[in-house]
Amino acid sequence: MKQALTGNEAAAIAAKLARVKVISAYPITPQTAVVERLAEFVANGELDAEFIKVESEHSALSACIGAAATGTRTFTATSSQGLMLMSEMLFVASGLRLPIVMANANRSLSAPLSIWCDQQDSMAVRDSGWVQLYCENNQEVLDSVLQAYRVAEELLLPVMVCFDGFILSHTAEPVDIPGQAEVDEFLPPYKLPNPLDPCRPVTMGPVGVPECYEEFRCMLQEATRASKEKLIEVGRAFWKHFRRRYGLIERYRSNDADVLLLTMGSLGSSAKDIVDSYRKRGEKVGLVRVRSFRPFPVKELIDALGSAKAVSVLEKDVSPGSAGALFLDTAAAFINVKRAPLMLDFICGLGGRDVSSLHIREAVRAATRAAEIGEVRKAVRWLGLREKLVGLRI
Amino acid sequence: MKLTPGAVITEPGSTTRYQTNGWRTFRPAVDSGKCTGCGLCWLYCPDAVISRGKPPGVDYRYCKGCGICANECPAKAITMVPEERG
Amino acid sequence: MIEVRFHGRGGQGAVTAARLLAEAAFLEGKHCQAFPFFGAERRGAPVVAFTRIDTKPIRIRTQVYEPNHVVVLDPTLLEVVNVAAGLKRGGVIVLNAKAAPKELRIGKIATVDATSVAIEALGAPITNTAMLGAFAKATKLVSLDSVAKAIRGHFRGKLAEQNIAAVKAAYGETAVMK
Repeated sequence: MKQALTGNEAAAIAAKLARVKVISAYPITPQTAVVERLAEFVANGELDAEFIKVESEHSALSACIGAAATGTRTFTATSSQGLMLMSEMLFVASGLRLPIVMANANRSLSAPLSIWCDQQDSMAVRDSGWVQLYCENNQEVLDSVLQAYRVAEELLLPVMVCFDGFILSHTAEPVDIPGQAEVDEFLPPYKLPNPLDPCRPVTMGPVGVPECYEEFRCMLQEATRASKEKLIEVGRAFWKHFRRRYGLIERYRSNDADVLLLTMGSLGSSAKDIVDSYRKRGEKVGLVRVRSFRPFPVKELIDALGSAKAVSVLEKDVSPGSAGALFLDTAAAFINVKRAPLMLDFICGLGGRDVSSLHIREAVRAATRAAEIGEVRKAVRWLGLREKLVGLRI
Repeated sequence: MKLTPGAVITEPGSTTRYQTNGWRTFRPAVDSGKCTGCGLCWLYCPDAVISRGKPPGVDYRYCKGCGICANECPAKAITMVPEERG
Repeated sequence: MIEVRFHGRGGQGAVTAARLLAEAAFLEGKHCQAFPFFGAERRGAPVVAFTRIDTKPIRIRTQVYEPNHVVVLDPTLLEVVNVAAGLKRGGVIVLNAKAAPKELRIGKIATVDATSVAIEALGAPITNTAMLGAFAKATKLVSLDSVAKAIRGHFRGKLAEQNIAAVKAAYGETAVMK
C-alpha cells in the first residue's frame, strides 16, 4: 500500500513491521516523531512490544543492550547529541555482538547549537563497530530498517540506519508499505546463539585480557567485512520479495562518465536531476552514491570510479585538520591501484545549509576543470560557504 | 579453545579452573582449640574459600592469602603463616 | 513540476496544509513531496512550508526558491515577509484577506476571508484547511474531493467534517482577480 510518509514515520512503521519486541529511545529533534509513533503503536495495541521509558540516550541504548542480550529483537532511534551520549554504549553493543538496529536522523553537533541536518553525528561514531547505511529517500529508510535486522541477526552486528534530518525525517513523500505477511516471510524470528537465560547461565562482558582482546577486535572486523557479502545477499532476497533493488553503492549514469559526483544520503537524490541536465547537453557526468559506509565498499568504488577522469565528493561532514570522511576513505581505497581518478572534496550542507542545484553544479564544474588540466590544485574545498563571514579566503 | 562472538562464556562456573593459590605468600592456619565456630571468617572471606564449621575449612586451591579472616577472627584462632616453598 | 510555498504563523497549520495538499495530489495519482522550512517553529513566528507535485517521481530535495504558487495563511504576514519572493510568472498568490491589498502587484491574486470561514466552521482561527479550499479553486490543481479525502486521512470524526466544511465554504467564497 502506498502512502505519503515522512522519514520518521517510515522508520517507525518499519520497526513495527519487523515486530520488534523491545523499544527504548529518548526523543530528540529531528527524530522525535519516530519515538512518538512507536509509543502510539504500543499504546493502542498495534504493536506487541515493551516500550522502556528512560531518562537519557545512554540509558536507552543500555536498555536495548540488556534486552538484545536475551535474544529479543530491539530497536532504538536518535540524533546528534543523543548519539554522542550513546557513544560509550555503541562500542559495548558491537563488542558484545548484539544485533540491535537503530535509526539515526542525521543532525549536526553542538557547539554552536544546531538542530539542523548534516552527517557529523554518525561520522563521529563511524569506528564504533556498527554497520552504517545511509538512505536517499523515505522508501529506502523503511526498506533499510527491514534489511538491517537480517544483516544484524545473521552476523551478530548492530546496524545504524542513517537518514538526513528534516530533509528526509520531516518530508512527506510516497512510500510503499509492504504487507505484514510479506515482511514476516522476509524477516523470520531469530535465535541468538548464547542468550542471557537463567535456565542456561552464561557470562557476558568478561574482561578481555591482552591475550585475547585483539582477537575479539579482529573477529568484529572480520564480521563487519563479511557484512558486505551479507548486505548484497539480503539485498537480493529483498528484491525477490519486494521488487526493490539495493546494494552497497548505487550507480547512476556512471558507466561511461568522465566526471562523477560521489555522495551519501539525500544529496544523491537532488544530484540525479543535475546529472540528467548535464547528460541532456551531451556531457558525460554521472553519480555514485555510497549506501553502506561501514562496511566501506572498496572494491565496488574502485570499479565504479576507476575509469572516470575526476570525482567530486559532496559530503556533509568534516574531520577538522584533515578532510571529509567519505573523501578520505575513497582516496584510501585507491591506494595500490594503478589507475585512479583525480579527487576533490566538497564540504557542504553543514548545520542545515541548503545544498542547492547551483552548489552541485559548482562541484561538477570543478571536477570537469580538473579533468581538463589533469591536476587538482586544491583538494578540499567548502561549498556554499559565506567566506566574508569567516574573514578568510578559504 | 575457540573464542565466541561477543566474548560470551557459555560454561557456568568455568572460573573454578583458574586456581589462585599461587598468589599466596602467607596461608591462614586455624587453631581448632581457640576457634568458637562463630563464622565471621566465613562471612568476611572475599573469595568464599572458607566453609562454615568448628573449625572452619579453607579451600587452599583458591585462597589468595589476603589475611582478612585472621584480621577479623575475634578469638585470634587464625594466624597467617609463611608459605613453605620448595 | 509544480512547487507551492505556504506562509503562516506557528500554530496556524502551514506545515499540515503543505502535507494535505501533497496527499490530495497523491490521491489523484501524482507524485508529491511536502516539507517544512527546516527551522525552530514557535507559536506565532512566521513559518514556511513547501509542496512539490509532479507526474514523475520527485528527486530534487533542495529548498524551493522559485515557487509556482504561494499560499498566505495570515494577512498580517504581508508586512513582515516578502511573500512574492521568487514567484514564477503566471503564478497565483492565494491570500487570506477580505480584499486584495494594493501593494501586491505580482501575478494573479485570489482572496478569501479564511479567518472568518475557520471561526465559523471550526470555532478557531486555524486557517490552513480553508486556504486549501481557496487554493483548489484558484489553481484547479487538486479537486475538492481529494482535499476532503486527504483531510479524512489526517483527522478523525467531527474534526474532519468541520475541516471539510471549511474547505468547501472557502472554495465557494474565494475571489480570483487577474
